[in-house]
Amino acid sequence: MADLTTDFLGIKSPNPFWLASAPPTDKEYNVRRAFEAGWGGVVWKTLGAEGPPVVNVNGPRYGAIWGADRRLLGLNNIELITDRPLEVNLEEMARVKADYPDRALIASLMVPCDEASWKAILPRVAETNADGIELNFGCPHGMAERGMGSAVGQVPEYIEMVTRWCKQYYDRPVIVKLTPNITDIRRPAEAAKNGGADAVSLINTINSITSVNLDTFSPEPMIDGKGTHGGYCGPAVKPIALNMIAEIARNPETHGLPISGIGGVTTWRDAAEFMVMGCGNVQVCTAAMTYGFKVVQEMISGLSQWMDEKGYASTDEFIGKGVPNVTDWQFLNLNYVTKAKIDQDACIKCGRCYAACEDTSHQAIAMSEDRRFEVIDEECVACNLCVNVCPVEDCITMVEMDKGSVDPRTGREVGDYANWTTHPNNPSSVPAAE
Amino acid sequence: MTHNPRTIGIAAGRIAPGELADNFSDLHPPLDWHEARVQADRCYFCHDAPCMEACPTSIDIPLFIRQIATDTPEAAAKTIFDQNILGGMCARVCPTETLCEEACVREAAEGKPVRIGELQRYATDRLMAKDVHPYTRAAVTGKRVAVVGAGPAGLSCAHRLAMKGHDVVVYDARPKPGGLNEYGIAAYKSTDDFAQAEVDWLLKIGGITIETGKKLGEGLSLDALTADYDAVFLAIGLGGVNALSAEGNDRAGVEDAISFIADLRQATDLTSLPVGRNVVVIGGGMTAVDAAVQSKLLGAESVTIAYRRGADRMGASKFEQDLAASHGVRILFNVMPVAVHGNGAATEIELEYTEDRDGRLTGTGETFRLAADQVFRAIGQTLTDAPEGIEIVGGKIAVNGAGRTSLAGVWAGGDCAQGGEDLTVTAVAEGRDAAEDIHATLMGG
Repeated sequence: MADLTTDFLGIKSPNPFWLASAPPTDKEYNVRRAFEAGWGGVVWKTLGAEGPPVVNVNGPRYGAIWGADRRLLGLNNIELITDRPLEVNLEEMARVKADYPDRALIASLMVPCDEASWKAILPRVAETNADGIELNFGCPHGMAERGMGSAVGQVPEYIEMVTRWCKQYYDRPVIVKLTPNITDIRRPAEAAKNGGADAVSLINTINSITSVNLDTFSPEPMIDGKGTHGGYCGPAVKPIALNMIAEIARNPETHGLPISGIGGVTTWRDAAEFMVMGCGNVQVCTAAMTYGFKVVQEMISGLSQWMDEKGYASTDEFIGKGVPNVTDWQFLNLNYVTKAKIDQDACIKCGRCYAACEDTSHQAIAMSEDRRFEVIDEECVACNLCVNVCPVEDCITMVEMDKGSVDPRTGREVGDYANWTTHPNNPSSVPAAE
Repeated sequence: MTHNPRTIGIAAGRIAPGELADNFSDLHPPLDWHEARVQADRCYFCHDAPCMEACPTSIDIPLFIRQIATDTPEAAAKTIFDQNILGGMCARVCPTETLCEEACVREAAEGKPVRIGELQRYATDRLMAKDVHPYTRAAVTGKRVAVVGAGPAGLSCAHRLAMKGHDVVVYDARPKPGGLNEYGIAAYKSTDDFAQAEVDWLLKIGGITIETGKKLGEGLSLDALTADYDAVFLAIGLGGVNALSAEGNDRAGVEDAISFIADLRQATDLTSLPVGRNVVVIGGGMTAVDAAVQSKLLGAESVTIAYRRGADRMGASKFEQDLAASHGVRILFNVMPVAVHGNGAATEIELEYTEDRDGRLTGTGETFRLAADQVFRAIGQTLTDAPEGIEIVGGKIAVNGAGRTSLAGVWAGGDCAQGGEDLTVTAVAEGRDAAEDIHATLMGG
């Protein structure tokens, strides 16, 4: 069986599955249960500055988007950082870490954006023997209105400044958690690196309103007729997270900066995908909140089986393996020509491919009287929409045309790799040397 | 309880009242909100959907299911009623397994079609529960139409005509309207007096008068109707039952299955309804299954369906055959009755094995006997009381186009008319289409 042990910034954990800083890691009771269930590490729910703790709303804190059979696809959250006294959290963290020395325990922090506040809390955290800290520059709701969370994460200069303070007053690894509520994720990641961050973690949640109540005309989750944007998470945000991670991983300025991947990780496969895109480990929240801590067992067995099948003995062997394959559109091979192909034996004749192609795409599927659906190669631009809407897996596939064959749509021969940068239609193209 | 399933002869009260009530409760309990959403979500919203093609009334099934999925069952019901005003009953009695659900692509994909019939019931029940009628009449035209027969074809025709602004009088021989919906469907498919509730709801359109106890040939003549009305629609059904050509067919205990089914539906107290200890039903259609299963549910000890041909030729669908089997009804294939024996009343039936020789069904000469104190004939119905002078083809009123008969100004539809299967849904389609044709004819000139 593959070795799932990960070494992230020198912090060892028996597997790459950490629980993200969030409601599941709010207190000793939950964290002990998580470790007993098999989680490799936890990022303790964000601690605030000493003094009276924050208060939460007393109405709904979560909103949701559901798929078929009420499968939870997206969750939205307006809960703030821990509403328990700092001292209580610190004592509990110390006890838990002492009892579970082999598990990673990270303290998430969010205090006002001044040096004194950070300087005050860091030694307190160090005393707990936590393995590191994560700077919460991500939460987009509530705390941001008070100049913390994503309000810091949206200003690269602040990120760099606070990170520097933390590196100055704390001697263990510093992870900077980034908000996706920005225009270019590379800038805050660069700022974290410049401030001396050991790693970044992302994504935090996305500003969102899950739905609108059509009786009260208020956003959900609703508190006494009013609502506010919350942080969106769960399976629905995974594509956004993967892209942001890939952008940081392939950016020359931040390439090689360790990344802890967060955002809709629900199964072992999601975790493997994040790691292939450059994450040293993953953090999970919504999956645990939906199904309980036991889900980690599937993640462990699944990742292990996949690694065995691929012949990987340790996670290092595939972390970042997909990063070189993320490129700019302009470098995509325009001579990679595929055509949709429908497996008539697998086809159940629902006609969704036909409706999609005929109404909204390229009129490249023919429908016969007896509901036989065939691709018209002369019209097919290989957009993949038919594959995406087909309810039968692998019924429609995209088949690559051989080099040298003629694309019946364009009448052109399928040639060697060529991209937009040298295409004659590109006004800035550089003609290939004679 | 004075009797039990083993009481000899034909007797009432074979099982306890509570058990009886359970036996005759809804065959398919209605879907709740969540179940409906889950089922609706399974629909692929097919292009030019095969289910819709398979529906005799061409209901836009993908659309109504999407309307359920988006939590607007009332809009879904409207989509259904636009094509089939008796969509509530059809949701209960349609052999969906040979119509829409057989055509469902999920059937091809995984052998589990979307439960279209149950979804249709979910939608129609929701709208009907609001006790509002979703249609209004067009301006009154002054035209009057007589509809003979208040079954599915007659009611469907009457509603569509009333909606178009015509005044309609519906005549029916029986004391209650509804036709086979009221008298001819197994009780567990139409619980809580649904047939009458549906008629009441349908009549809310206005412009329809129902006159019961009026039968062609008995105080009602086609000549008088054609003279008094601008058009006549005949939906008289099949009034006769085919005779059993077996020795002893007049013994006490030999009865018509449709009468038994009607008695069951009209019974106010099922414990007073008698049934045999050993029941044999002759036939292979839905009526045979309805009679057999209900005999069993009433407390008969043994119930057998005897069908003269093989399973592949049976009129009852596979679902119906399985339903019978699951209730402990034995189905014998390739046997035909030759005699009913008894000392006075029936006690045994003698059956002969059959075989198909060059397309002709013949007895093999080998016979056997089954205990039978009640024998139900379910071997088909025939047209009776057809008006004189009207053209008959293959035992049914000849029609062309949308129900036009050989007589000017007279239309026909439903089981009495040529064409289509003898199904409620087919009757509804024929009544609707005839109404459109009558309307076009009356308003065109």
